[in-house]
Amino acid sequence: MSSTVDTSAEHQESPSEEDERVSGSHGFTRVLRRPEVGAAVAALMIFVFFASTTESFAKPAGASTWLFTSSAFGIMAVAVALLMIGGEFDLSAGAMTGTAGLTTGILMTEYELNVWLAILAALVLAVLIGMLNGVLVMRTGLPSFIVTLGSFFVLQGLNLAVTKILIDKVSVTGLGNAEGYFDGQQIFGSFVKIDMSWLPWLEADEPSFLTIYAATFWWLAVTVLATWVLLRTRAGNWIFAVGGAQTSARQVGVPVSRTKIGLFITTAVAGWLVGMLSLFKLTTVQSTTGVGQEFIYIICAVVGGCLLTGGYGSAVGAALGALIFGMVSQGIVYEGWDNDWVYAFLGVMLLGAVMVNNWVKARAEAVR
Amino acid sequence: MTPNEHAAELAGTPAGDAPTLPGAGEPIIEVLDLGKSYGSVIALRDVTTSVRAGEVTCVLGDNGAGKSTFIKILAGAHEHSSGEFLVDGIHRQMSSPRAALALGIATVYQDLAVVPLMPVWRNFFLGSELTEGVWPLKRLDIAAMKKTTREELAAMGIDLRDVDQPIGTLSGGERQCVAIARAVYFGARVLILDEPTAALGVRQSGVVLKYIAKARARGLGVVFITHNPHHAYPVGDRFMLLRRGRSMGDFSKAELSLDELVRMMAGGTELEALSHELSRELGPDSAITRADEGVQHR
Repeated sequence: MSSTVDTSAEHQESPSEEDERVSGSHGFTRVLRRPEVGAAVAALMIFVFFASTTESFAKPAGASTWLFTSSAFGIMAVAVALLMIGGEFDLSAGAMTGTAGLTTGILMTEYELNVWLAILAALVLAVLIGMLNGVLVMRTGLPSFIVTLGSFFVLQGLNLAVTKILIDKVSVTGLGNAEGYFDGQQIFGSFVKIDMSWLPWLEADEPSFLTIYAATFWWLAVTVLATWVLLRTRAGNWIFAVGGAQTSARQVGVPVSRTKIGLFITTAVAGWLVGMLSLFKLTTVQSTTGVGQEFIYIICAVVGGCLLTGGYGSAVGAALGALIFGMVSQGIVYEGWDNDWVYAFLGVMLLGAVMVNNWVKARAEAVR
Repeated sequence: MTPNEHAAELAGTPAGDAPTLPGAGEPIIEVLDLGKSYGSVIALRDVTTSVRAGEVTCVLGDNGAGKSTFIKILAGAHEHSSGEFLVDGIHRQMSSPRAALALGIATVYQDLAVVPLMPVWRNFFLGSELTEGVWPLKRLDIAAMKKTTREELAAMGIDLRDVDQPIGTLSGGERQCVAIARAVYFGARVLILDEPTAALGVRQSGVVLKYIAKARARGLGVVFITHNPHHAYPVGDRFMLLRRGRSMGDFSKAELSLDELVRMMAGGTELEALSHELSRELGPDSAITRADEGVQHR
């Protein structure tokens, strides 16, 4: 086979190779058929809304805040989206971020372990937990919703109980004084400042630096990597297949168990990454970190176009879903509204997204 | 990777050993007094027939007649417990569907093993994707897969608007044909089709029968399992009838007319007994009884 063809060859196809009957459905319908379109439109609308109704939302300092919030949720949402496309859920993903942060934090402060070893230890633990989730789901044949609900409660309990046994407190603090903390911070907690004084809506004497944390770069990298894997590799093909029709996938030789266990490990490793990002930015971690966020990841993925039934969705969409969540949770603060409205909004958005997903999908298919 | 290399890879043998398609009319599979029992239950016995290159062997029988046991033996899902099973004239005891596939025997099941939401070309290559580059940059060779899918479907006479459309948007007949084309491309010499027309309407069934004829014209041996003699007769070259786990005979087309086939299928005397029973229940003037008598008098 030829090895010189690159991915752009797809777009260079001469029109003569295409059937004349499809020319009408190119362009607009083709765009509409993408799973992330709804989220992109919604993100734009939400940005315009908050930018025009609040003082600080579109200013560099304000944007820095919601960009960071979106980043941490975005990494998890992308991983959870892959898992959902593969037809499974992981409710332990939120507690996993806490477990990873606590592991590294306790090893560094209480046992004065080398920073890289502490980070590696948390990574190994994450892989093991992900593998355990995956193997349990595949071996027992139980719905992953139930299995990971169990592991969620186990992790939530262990995060508190083990932390109390080991350090007699419910939170790890003072990480900034630990040996090697600044090395870890280079990768997980650093930031760049970008001068945005050219923006026309800024006053001359205003602070005009946009702070972009390492988390945002990780988020971009994870989204690009996930998109590439999904659309351009065999593993991606298998993820769509095991979520869309597991029996059929097995019949044609797709390694169903390996694919799904790999997805559970991916989600847990994403939890580890987010745990590290938050630990090395805040220098502290609570025993309850991450609890309650597992559903937000799922909502972000659904808002980004993932079907709850599996087999359909996109990583870019999930990243946009997280961006929407980040913007709304911060925008509501800037509006001076009560923070509790965030959850009401999330619920409405989830229902709306599910309906829009179905409508867009049905419409795109009907045009053919 | 060529289809032959693919088949060879499945068999774990170098490409040179991949089975080739014999000339038209040459037998690929022969079975002699084949039987299968599960413990004390005899599911199949005394089945004798052959599958030849460029011919369609129809396996007919009612529900529970042993059709699925028979195809499971051919497909390698079950081992036979008595009789002889020859592929290319060599005795075989196949232990897995993979072993059957390596010999070029491919089965298209009723559920077709397709993923409805995925594009046609992704379904076509699912589980056997073409890739380019080396890890970690190993990626799907999308252009080649789309091109091959388009060409292979065209060779089967399937005219698709767009290989990028989800396979779920195709009609039942078209999906069946994509599954057949896929099996042919991946090195099948013998195609086992498990009731491909069972869930289809009249027109769609016609479409599938056309592609069965097309596969035969390409020199493949086809095993066509059905309970509908009207579907079997137009495309079949050889008919093997099963009833209650036993073969009722193996006939070539010259030995059997459609009417005889229908009668044997319906079980001759059993059908007469049924029509008597119906006329008693429904009365002699009912439409069913009259239509039924019409059939018998003809």
